[in-house]
Amino acid sequence: MTTKLLTALLLGTSILGSAGVAYAGDVTLNIESWRGDDLAIWKDKLIPAFEAKNPGIKVVFAPSAPTEYDAALGAKLAAGSAGDLITCRPFDKSLELFKKGNLADLSALPGMENFSPVAKSAWQTDDGKASFCVPMASVIHGFIYNKDAFDKLGIKVPETRDEFFAALDKIKADGTYIPMAMGTKDLWEAATMGYQNIGPNYWKGEDGRAALIKGDQKLTDKDWVAPYEELAKWKPYLGDGFEAQTYPDSQNLFTLGRAAIYPAGSWEIGLFNTQAQFKMGAFPPPVEKAGDTCYISDHTDIGMGLNAASKNADAAKTFLSWVASPDFATIYANALPGFFSLNSAPVKMEDALAQEFVSWRGKCKSTIRSTYQILSRGTPNLENETWVESANVINGTDTPEAAAKKLQTGLDSWYKPAK
Amino acid sequence: MAAEIRPKRPFRWHIGVFLAPALLVYTAIMILPLAGTLQLSLFRNIEQHQVFVGLQNFRTLFGDPNWSVNFWNALRNNTWFFIIHMLVQNPIGVMLAALLSSPRLRFSAFYRTAIFVPTILSFVIVGFAWKLILSPLWGVAPHLLDLVGLKSLFTPWLGKEEYALTALSLISVWQFVGIPMMLIYAALLSIPEEVIEAAECDGITGMSQFWKIKLPLILPSIGIISILTFVGNFNAFDLIYTAQGALAGPNYSTDILGTFLYRAFFGFQLQVGDPNMGAAIATMMFLIILGGVCVYLFLVQTRLRRYQF
Repeated sequence: MTTKLLTALLLGTSILGSAGVAYAGDVTLNIESWRGDDLAIWKDKLIPAFEAKNPGIKVVFAPSAPTEYDAALGAKLAAGSAGDLITCRPFDKSLELFKKGNLADLSALPGMENFSPVAKSAWQTDDGKASFCVPMASVIHGFIYNKDAFDKLGIKVPETRDEFFAALDKIKADGTYIPMAMGTKDLWEAATMGYQNIGPNYWKGEDGRAALIKGDQKLTDKDWVAPYEELAKWKPYLGDGFEAQTYPDSQNLFTLGRAAIYPAGSWEIGLFNTQAQFKMGAFPPPVEKAGDTCYISDHTDIGMGLNAASKNADAAKTFLSWVASPDFATIYANALPGFFSLNSAPVKMEDALAQEFVSWRGKCKSTIRSTYQILSRGTPNLENETWVESANVINGTDTPEAAAKKLQTGLDSWYKPAK
Repeated sequence: MAAEIRPKRPFRWHIGVFLAPALLVYTAIMILPLAGTLQLSLFRNIEQHQVFVGLQNFRTLFGDPNWSVNFWNALRNNTWFFIIHMLVQNPIGVMLAALLSSPRLRFSAFYRTAIFVPTILSFVIVGFAWKLILSPLWGVAPHLLDLVGLKSLFTPWLGKEEYALTALSLISVWQFVGIPMMLIYAALLSIPEEVIEAAECDGITGMSQFWKIKLPLILPSIGIISILTFVGNFNAFDLIYTAQGALAGPNYSTDILGTFLYRAFFGFQLQVGDPNMGAAIATMMFLIILGGVCVYLFLVQTRLRRYQF
């Protein structure tokens, strides 16, 4: 850790040092970001690849700490000292910057056609008319399983819900492994790895999500309650004392080989690859019966936009077009397995587990987490309430119907869909 | 005649000079922020401008069920948190102090230090250590209970709605029991020997000596401790935040005024912070604490009898 930090610091100083000696006449672009972890990837791989193709443009990656990023960026934008390129948080935080005029409209940027409407939805106005950030990466939900455990118990990868629960029963009956590694202590695991993971299959991905925003569907409808009914059935398969099991506990249970299935997000891949001593595989959320269309949560997480006050807007646009290109996607996705490029062009990845995750995009329909766009603007906050209620349903303290009713009542109190 | 004209006393400017530093520092870091909070709670952000709305924020806090349910829940939890401290922490503190002041106890300095040490630990360490101790997966609690054959009593306390708040209160008691112990210990030591000897001459020894002689003499200290506990508990935040997170799960069962204020003021995850509503909650906390302290000062402390030796 210390050496990593030291390396990062040294890299940081070397970047600052080299910025000063940029050739006269060159344009220097500064990138604002919260992804300090990615500093080495930008410095060693991404920026050299761009600069080789675009002589005359220098790029400097200048991250700040994640917890300080939003406040620091706001202050810099107000003072006019922010970088040319802004790394975008998804949804409302970036939308607010765009509305204030801090981010430029990028709808016409060459390269934007490489992204699907779902990919762009995190950085668009509510009516979808203007896009203001280039989508960079998303995370995909699914289940990671212990291949050795499955082989030993003779379980094949489940495709339907019945097969899924049959597999869980078999693991439980055998007793060597905890069937599923998940806890409800930190709440968000239940919502993010549970509800948002299996939910899209029930509410039919984007169709359901759009209908919910429009007000045509309600959280108390069958399609939205059914995932809670399935979650309630997970309880007997979780480890002893799962009510007090935290997120790191779940990760450790799985990587130590004590649990067979881990409801996951693809961001775990990097960590699991280094920690787990067994073979791993992954499967998408099971569907009701074989052959049904499957839906996956392919959640947009990070993008990049243009500071409207940038003096080097043309050079910055060249850079953003490159970020939108398959070249960038290939380098980025391979350097950070589990953070997938949102580019429509297929990206070749080395990591087997990451390949498995991304292959679902071909056969399933993508959607994003249902609570993120528009619906979490008011009080009570739908996302936070979903955390609490998902945990309640798994703990058995609320029935699926009661949980759904609470969420819908909370949403109704402030959200009036445009009719 | 001249003797009747009292010499004019010079203006005692040194009083002002000596008071000034404390007054200035206290005003700058306590009074001004407090006034700022009260002011903030009367405004609301409308179209990026702070607009004066009178008591509208308080009307929302108490009238809108989305806020009031959470507020009353937090207040109820906070009261329970306080009751546990009063029922467990302070009696144990008095008992430990009585034991420590017994002249026959050996190694009393060691015990005193050992019991006081958790008080100076960071909340983060305490929260994290207890989370691990009570963890159903790697914790020592299930094993220890197993050793004495009571494994069946173990439940994931921090994850159960009905136990989580009590468990956290007891963790906080564990951490802070050293403070009442130290204050009572000091009070017990200050009881003069003559009083004790006189009691012994009258045949009052052992337990009855504690109940009849010592306890009445340390009552003012117990009063002070109660009010310190009250203020500390209604300002509490750190332990719940480190052990349960800002959403104070499960199902808001450990949500106290501090965590409720934090979520409202700073926001959490997708919830955007609302400094004005946060200030309204902070104002309510201030009023609750002020009310409690006033009740103590005017009703309780004036009736406590003081003994002069």
